[in-house]
Amino acid sequence: MRVGLFIPCYVDQFYPGVAKASLELLEKYDIEVDYPLSQTCCGQPMANSGYERYGKESAELFLKNFDHFDYIVAPSGSCTLHVKDHVLPKDEKAPQIFELCEFLTDVLKVKDIVSSFPHKVGFHSSCHGLRGLRLAKCSERMDPEFNKPLSLLQKVKDIEMVELDRKDECCGFGGTFAVAEEAVSITMGNDRIADHQKNGVEVLTGADMSCLMHLQGLITRQKSPIKVMHIAEILNGNPVK
Amino acid sequence: MKGHTHAKAAEEFIKDDARTHWHDETLWHVRQKRDLSAQGIPEWETLRDTASATKNYVLSHLGELLEQFEANALANGVEVLWAKDAKEHNDHVYRILQENKVANIVKSKSILTEECGLNHYLEDKGYEVVDTDLGERIIQFAKQAPSHIVLPAIHLKKQDIGEIFHKHIGTQEGASDPKYLTEAARQHLRKKFIEANAAITGVNFGIAETGGFVVCTNEGNADMGTHLADIHIACMGIEKLIPRAADLGVFLRLLARSATGQSITNYSSHFHRPAQGKKMYIILVDNGRTEQLGREDFKNSLKCIRCGACMNTCPIYRRSGGYSYNSTVPGPIGSILSPGKDLKKYSTLPFASTLCGSCSDVCPVKINIHEQLYKWRQVITENTDVDASKKLAMKVAGVTFGKPVLYDLAGKMARTALKITPDSLVYSSINVWGKHRDLPQVPKESFKEWYKKNRKS
Ligand code: SF4
Repeated sequence: MRVGLFIPCYVDQFYPGVAKASLELLEKYDIEVDYPLSQTCCGQPMANSGYERYGKESAELFLKNFDHFDYIVAPSGSCTLHVKDHVLPKDEKAPQIFELCEFLTDVLKVKDIVSSFPHKVGFHSSCHGLRGLRLAKCSERMDPEFNKPLSLLQKVKDIEMVELDRKDECCGFGGTFAVAEEAVSITMGNDRIADHQKNGVEVLTGADMSCLMHLQGLITRQKSPIKVMHIAEILNGNPVK
Repeated sequence: MKGHTHAKAAEEFIKDDARTHWHDETLWHVRQKRDLSAQGIPEWETLRDTASATKNYVLSHLGELLEQFEANALANGVEVLWAKDAKEHNDHVYRILQENKVANIVKSKSILTEECGLNHYLEDKGYEVVDTDLGERIIQFAKQAPSHIVLPAIHLKKQDIGEIFHKHIGTQEGASDPKYLTEAARQHLRKKFIEANAAITGVNFGIAETGGFVVCTNEGNADMGTHLADIHIACMGIEKLIPRAADLGVFLRLLARSATGQSITNYSSHFHRPAQGKKMYIILVDNGRTEQLGREDFKNSLKCIRCGACMNTCPIYRRSGGYSYNSTVPGPIGSILSPGKDLKKYSTLPFASTLCGSCSDVCPVKINIHEQLYKWRQVITENTDVDASKKLAMKVAGVTFGKPVLYDLAGKMARTALKITPDSLVYSSINVWGKHRDLPQVPKESFKEWYKKNRKS
């Protein structure tokens, strides 16, 4: 199984620790993971802003970097969704892209997570992963319950998952939305944080660093004691920051 | 950007933090009621699939179904009129009122007449149009437009309503008890019902097979109006058709639950033919609908049954209020319908979303709302003079991301810039991100740099 690791641009630049945790986590499962050095960005920022056409070059580059893999894995629901919907060709020979958690649950079918995390953890369910990739059942739909990231977190020793009042509401990041609609974006983010705070969360986690970047920015500004960690860091056994 | 933008209007609304959160909580409460009630239906998702398939059929056979509907309605003794736009619709109504020497009109909630600006049009001609739905009446007094398609006065608190009623129907000053206010409105409206010679209603479902139609209200005001008046004018968007009476059950089960969490709307009134000595008219209105039907990417926005669930679930609508959309149908569905009517005027609406997708999953007829928002964005940046600086930034980003060397360099520069830039600059008004949020701490090397050193050497 040839696995290519795709690290979204902003994770590469600002959250190398998340990328390292993702890589180390995958390596624990005895698979060959390669990180193509010529990768940049999947083109999502342009596309979601209405400039899909300016993302052509990065899409072509993406394909050149990844078309010889069986699987592409990325620690980000939204980038994975963008690649799946708008970059990869819709034919059987094309590699399949998976968000990190769903790769662990659906392809590797991992039974154990060897890590301990003795903290009260709140999970932020990022929308593109939730309703785009269907990483979990969203609260709007009346299907049987399932939750891939949560099923992994529950395998972590000593962890205490906290239930939120609104379990899957958007945090208000939305790419350029965060800047273009600043007032709504900030209000939404602060409301999400208040939900975690009210329910006693010590560490807020999620499978999409972009949402977490927005929430973390608000949390530190508020001087709230909540810590923010990407799910890969918890699953990889990193200590709380 | 010039003129009205959603972002500006939203910012205005959000200034009143307490009201914003009250608005959010109130609508979230409705969304929760909807969840509870949908959970009670094991076949919920099947119902949605069925409704969606039925509406798809309607949209692909609209011409023949409309003809079938017209023929059956005519055979029932109903007069059928066609209107290509708002003006034709309003002219029809006016002519009917004139021909029948109508003096007093009651209307029960219809978003279509709102879309056509019927009230203003008739008021200019000297008519008083009395909206009889309680919420509609309240905002009519306040000279406001509905801020939500099902809960038109949801932006008003009961104290606001007490004030409005005190001014217009003489309730006690400072009174805000909903029971007292509702009773006062009831007495006031009763007089209007008795005096009316014509009742105007909307149409929730027109049934091609029978030529009949259904109007859903919670207060029974469509019944009251039509039973008492001699003239019934039903205004119907051409997309409101369903093929058979047997399809109705699916839609009635979905509509009320999606809208308010009720198992069924209090009154689902079925109309087929005028009572003896009375007259019934149906006006079939296009007003941009065939044009939207012709847009492959956007046509299924016409499946909408106007339940309002997408508004209640939308985290942006809940925090920005209905008026921020500046359009008759606000919220997610409004944001994909309105650009089809006026791309320039509504060019910011498809961007008033994080594309979270909640609207698409809550929608009882499975309209892919968030995907259409994405598609409108592409159309808008190609066809309107949007923000030039944003366009340039995107172009530059596109080029940078296309070339690994450029990307690595730009990344390094950005990280360095952030490190050496004094906070005062980073957090100034040029950096919107930094106004209320801290920037990420800058790492000393990128993952790629680390990887080259540690894994590839
Ligand atoms: S788009 Fe769907 S959810 Fe929104 S009002 Fe229409 S039917 Fe209801």
